Parts: sequence; C-alpha cells; structure tokens
Amino acid sequence: MKLSRRKLPLGFLVAFTFLLVSCGLLANAEQARAGSVNDAALLASKPARHLSEYNLFADGLKQTPSEGVVPYDLITPLFTDYASKNRFIYVPEGESAEYVDDDVFRFPVGTTLVKTFSYPADLREPTRDIRLVETRLLIRQDDGWKAFAYVWDEETGDATLKIAGKRLPIDVIDNSGGSISINYAVPNANQCKECHANGDRITPIGPSARNLNHQYGYATGASNQLETWSERGILSGAPSADEAPRAANWNDDALPIDARARSYLDVNCAHCHRLEGAASNSGLFLRSSETDPVKWGLMKRPVAAGRGSGDHKFDIVPGAPEDSILIFRMKSLDPGVMMPELGRSMVHVEAVEMLEEWIAQLD
Amino acid sequence: MFHSLLATVCVSFALLAISPASAEPVTYIDPGPDAAEKLQEALILAEPGSTIVMRAGSYDLADGLSLDIEGVTLKGAGMGQTILSYANQVGGGEGLLVTASGVTLEDFAIEDSKGDGVKSKAADNITYRRVRVTWTGGPDESNGAYGIYPVESTNILIEDCEVSGASDAGIYVGQSKNIIVRNSLVQYSVAGIEIENSRNADVYGNTATHNTGGILVFDLPNLPVMGGRSVRVFDNMVADNDTPNFAPEGNMVGMVAKGTGIMVMANRDVHIFNNTLKNNGTVQVLIATFPESYEDDNYYPHPRAVVIRDNTYENGGGDPDGEVGMLIAGLTGKPVPDIVWDGVVPLTEWVTWTANEDRIYIDEPGGATFANLHMIQNTLYPWTTSPDRDVTDYAGSLPEPKPVSLPQLEK
Repeated sequence: MKLSRRKLPLGFLVAFTFLLVSCGLLANAEQARAGSVNDAALLASKPARHLSEYNLFADGLKQTPSEGVVPYDLITPLFTDYASKNRFIYVPEGESAEYVDDDVFRFPVGTTLVKTFSYPADLREPTRDIRLVETRLLIRQDDGWKAFAYVWDEETGDATLKIAGKRLPIDVIDNSGGSISINYAVPNANQCKECHANGDRITPIGPSARNLNHQYGYATGASNQLETWSERGILSGAPSADEAPRAANWNDDALPIDARARSYLDVNCAHCHRLEGAASNSGLFLRSSETDPVKWGLMKRPVAAGRGSGDHKFDIVPGAPEDSILIFRMKSLDPGVMMPELGRSMVHVEAVEMLEEWIAQLD
Repeated sequence: MFHSLLATVCVSFALLAISPASAEPVTYIDPGPDAAEKLQEALILAEPGSTIVMRAGSYDLADGLSLDIEGVTLKGAGMGQTILSYANQVGGGEGLLVTASGVTLEDFAIEDSKGDGVKSKAADNITYRRVRVTWTGGPDESNGAYGIYPVESTNILIEDCEVSGASDAGIYVGQSKNIIVRNSLVQYSVAGIEIENSRNADVYGNTATHNTGGILVFDLPNLPVMGGRSVRVFDNMVADNDTPNFAPEGNMVGMVAKGTGIMVMANRDVHIFNNTLKNNGTVQVLIATFPESYEDDNYYPHPRAVVIRDNTYENGGGDPDGEVGMLIAGLTGKPVPDIVWDGVVPLTEWVTWTANEDRIYIDEPGGATFANLHMIQNTLYPWTTSPDRDVTDYAGSLPEPKPVSLPQLEK
C-alpha cells in the first residue's frame, strides 16, 4: 500500500491498515487497487463514455492524479489559445518506457498521456478561478495510440467523450485586462490525428528527452523529470540528465534567440512540418534538428500557400520579419491563412515577438 | 426557397424510410441546425467501405470536415443539390480533408471555403466525381487557393467536376502519380488545371476557360517529390483565358500571364495534342525553364522531351499581358506566336547539342506560328535579338507515355 502519499496521520494509517487486514480486505484491495487506474478501461476497444471510468484522477475537478499517475510539464509547450495545461503520464505497473535520444520515448502498451486544458477567469492570475475545459487522452493500445477528448462538466464533476469535436465559447480577462471570448475548439478524432500522425501512425508529440529534461516541482520537492521517471521505474535506459539533450525554453531571455526560436517552431509546428507529417508536401521542415536552411524556411518559396503568402515571396526573409510568410501566418486569425491550422483562435503575441526578433537578426 | 422545400421533402422521405433492419452500410445525413456535427461524427464513425449520403439542401459549416476511414463513399444528391457552405467558416485549412485511401467523393458542392475546397493527402485510389467547388463571389484574392487538391497520392481520378474562383489552381494535383483529370470544367481561377511535381498524368476532355492560365504542367524545386514527367494533355478546350491574375503574390502561379493557354515548366515527357486553343491573349502554348533562383541540387529546371502536335489554334497572342507577356511580345511582336519556347537549355548544351530524346518537338499539320526565344537562364535577355521562328527545325516525335490506368476504373 502506498497510502502514505496522502499524508494521513500515521496513527490513522496504522489503524486503518489493521482494520483492512483484520477484515480480510487487504488482499482484495491490493488486487483491485482501489483508487488506482482502470487498466481494462484504457485497453478496451471502445473508449469510455466518461473520463471518470478510467480512474486516472483521485479528484478530477482538482486535477489530483490517482496513484501511479505522474504529473509532468514540457520545457517549451504547444500554444493553445493561452489555455493552461496539466499533463500526466501513466505507465502500467511493472512496465517502463524505453529511452530514445532524439524523439518521443517508446512507451509500453497501456501507457496513457493525459492533458487537461483549463482557463483561469483572468489570464494574469493563472492559478485562480480555474475552469476545466477538456481532458485529452493518448492511450497506447495493442494496435497503436488512440486519441480521445473529454469535455468537462463542472456540475457533475466529470468529463464526457466528444467524438465530433466541439466549439466552446470561453470568456476570460486577457493579459491586457480586457474581456475576451475565446472560440475554443475541442478537436474531433480526425483533428487529433492531423497533429499526432507520424506517417500512418499516431504518436505522442511532447514527451521527448529534450523537452522533459528540466526540474519539475513535485509535491515531494523539485527534481529533474528524466531522473524522476527513471527512479520511479516508468523510464528505462535514460542517461543522466546532463548527458541527455535539452530543449531551449522559448520564453527564457537568457538563452540564445536561435535556440529559443527553433525550439518553439519544433514544438508548435514540426509535428506537421516534417517529412512524415501532415504538411510534408510544403517542403517546409521545422524540426529543430533540420540543418538545411532552405528546408527550415530561409528564403524558401511557398508551394501551396495560396493567400497564406500574404503577398510575400519567402517563408523567412533574414532581417525582414515583416516580409516573412511565417510571421504573417502566425499573426493571422483567418482559417485560410493562419498557422497552425488547428488549436488556435488567438495570436500568441509573445511568441510572435520572439520570432520577429529572431528573424530580424538572421543574415 | 427551393432548397428548403427540397430539404423538407427529403426529411419526410427519411422519416418514411427508416428501416432499422436494413443491413446496407449507408448513413444518411439531412441538412439542419446540427447537421455539421452529425456529418463529422458520421465521417469519424463510418465503417470502412460504407457510404454516407448527404441529402439535398444547404449545410452551413463553421469548421472543416475530415475523413480518415478507408473506402468510404461520401455522396450528395448532385452538384446543384447538396451544398456544403463555408461562408461562415472559422476553422480548418480546407472545406473537406481526406486522409484515407479508396475514398469516393461524388455529387456535392463546396462553396466559399476559406482555404482550399477539398484536399486529399496521402489518400491513394481516390475518386472525385461530379464534385463542384465554387467561390461564389467570383475571382478574388481572398478566395481559397485550390478547389480540388489531391497531393502525395497514387491513383487519382477526377472526372466531371467543376471549379470556379480558385485563387491558385481550380484542380491541382501535386506530388502524385497515376492521375486522370477528365471531362471537367474549370473557370475563373488563376490556373484552371495544374499538374505539379507529378508523374503519369492524363488530362483530357476538360474545358479550361476564363482563367488566367488554362492548363499548367509544372515541376518546382525544394519539394519532397520532384521529377515531374510523363504527362499527356489532349482533347481539351482551352479558350478565352482572360481573367487578370488574382493570385496573392509569392505564389508560383502569380507569374502566369493572363491569357496563357497551356504552359509547361520543367518536367520531362510531356505530350500536348488534339487540343483546341482559342482566344488566349498572351500565348496559346508556352514552354519554359523554371525562371527563379533556387537552392536544390536535386532539381532539374528545364523542360525536356516535350511533344506538341495536332492541336487547333485560333486567335491567340493578340493581347499579351504582364511581365511575361511584355517580355515575349517585345521579342516576337504582336500577335505573339501560338507556341513559344523560352529556349533556355543547360549551359553545356550551348556549346554542344541537345540529345534527340531531350528535345522539344513540334508537329502541327494544321498550322501554328512558333518562336524559340533563345533565352539565357536566369536572365531576361535573349542571346540573339531574333527569335528562331522556323518550326520545321523542330519536326519529329518521341514515344508517347502510356495511357494511365487506374484501379478504380477497372472495377
């Protein structure tokens, strides 16, 4: 039993355990792992109708994970209309993910990646008055990854499966203090695939060594995520944190602008803009490992941009962000122009500024 | 009014027709307030090989639709009856995105999508039949780029389709192989039909009219798939392409001059025959080297082994337009000859010769005027002030690419 994590008084625990044992319930509880994740539901061919059936959370509304569900974050996350994101990973007991140096890890069957999207009432106070919007699951089943979105109902304290996606108007106070209504899009099952397709398979995007390799503030104290995952046994074969690659935090002014820019583009664009991705036909490849300048956009002509070109001739014109298609499309909210095509109904102002600064100093 | 009446009739029939015992895997969708969600849900939950029928009427779609199940047939009640309207679209780079193989799209229309009309990517064995894509406001820079847009796919059939108003190409096939585009009508777009970075294409029986350029066969650098070749363009009506170029700048078709009939840029083994070319004011047929600078060691910028024969020409070159039109007319005078080749060849061939199997051949027994501009790569200057107009120098022929056969036509 690992009840100690709940920080109950020791005396109570002892008494409670004694009670369980004396009632002959302990073996039973151990088997069902009461309060633990429902592996059978995760591996079922049909997704559960309600998120609670998976038992991934001890308290869904408070986003308190169940035993064995580990919170994590990414050094440079994907932008989704300023939504806050709580990420968790669950790897079935006795299993572990296999470390990969330059891509997402190889996760065992049963692994579940959980991402909850939420908004505070005021974007300037990100921890107050949180409204949960949706929780997305990526579940590694026998025949590959499956993606599902569950939309929260705070009345019932549960989230319900949405196959066809949904638009949700969300009213918040933005970073400049004004009221805005975000036309938030819960993705449909196909849209999940548009970003998560790698060739003809669905794969996770976030949990790679480079994007995990930093400190996380666990309830028990801060520690490096890669090392923590190794210690907990959910990751095997990882080198020490110093030897593993590390992405640049796009928002860290202390880091070189080139690294910040390429890191941002890698996370926000390269899931499509890579040879195996949905935007392969564009020939614009934005992985941070791409070394051919034309391929990452430098003086590259568009191929199928249409009015996405904004009357500009090249994806990135060194020294001239105002003439670069990449900036034009990131600033747009027009569905025929904007990039990324999905998951965004607002401009990521701070990131665009950073990328403009990057392009301005390119030569 | 007519549509709503029709919709009511159809709904009534639907109510009468409910028969849970039916084993046929057909899902019916009716227009209505929740039609968008029902349609997308049907596209996601469809069984492989099943059919989804969109009954007549107008469907108001705020987000792009997508289909990722193999072998699904998505059909409407006709190009004029089932209308998917994207006038109020807020999300999605296209009206409909198909990413699975063996899909058939037929008998419906897409109107006013903010981006492309229908895109199919890595979707082999796809059929577009009687699909109409229209931007109802006519030519406008703010229209979507492509009407019908299959890319990175093998075995593509596009027939009896109609596209109007695309700000790039009405029907655009890119980075694909084994392609038939036939019996379709493309108009009021920048390019009518464009075959780009693709192999084994038959383009025939189409009408390309009132576009900026009628039919383009292009190969472009810096793309995952290059080496476009083996394209036959025949039995097409390419007439009155007279719409001013309205492509947003930066797009390759932005350089196409108003009044271009058929244009071949780069590529190998392109045969153009039995077409009727009429009233194309800049030039009826243009053969050109990729004119821009590029960095790509794997790209070949010159058109090779192009055969032009047995076409009918009427009233071309009288109104040359834009930079390209002015450049050509400055060398040839007006009217611009029916067939113009920029004459750019690799530098080595300036001092030697071009092998027989790489040459441009012209055989027009019905008569056609011609000019080889003898231009030098990446310059706007010819090496001589007098173009070569003697078409007999280009007599001869090369083996024609084999007709394209498609599995979806063999059933």
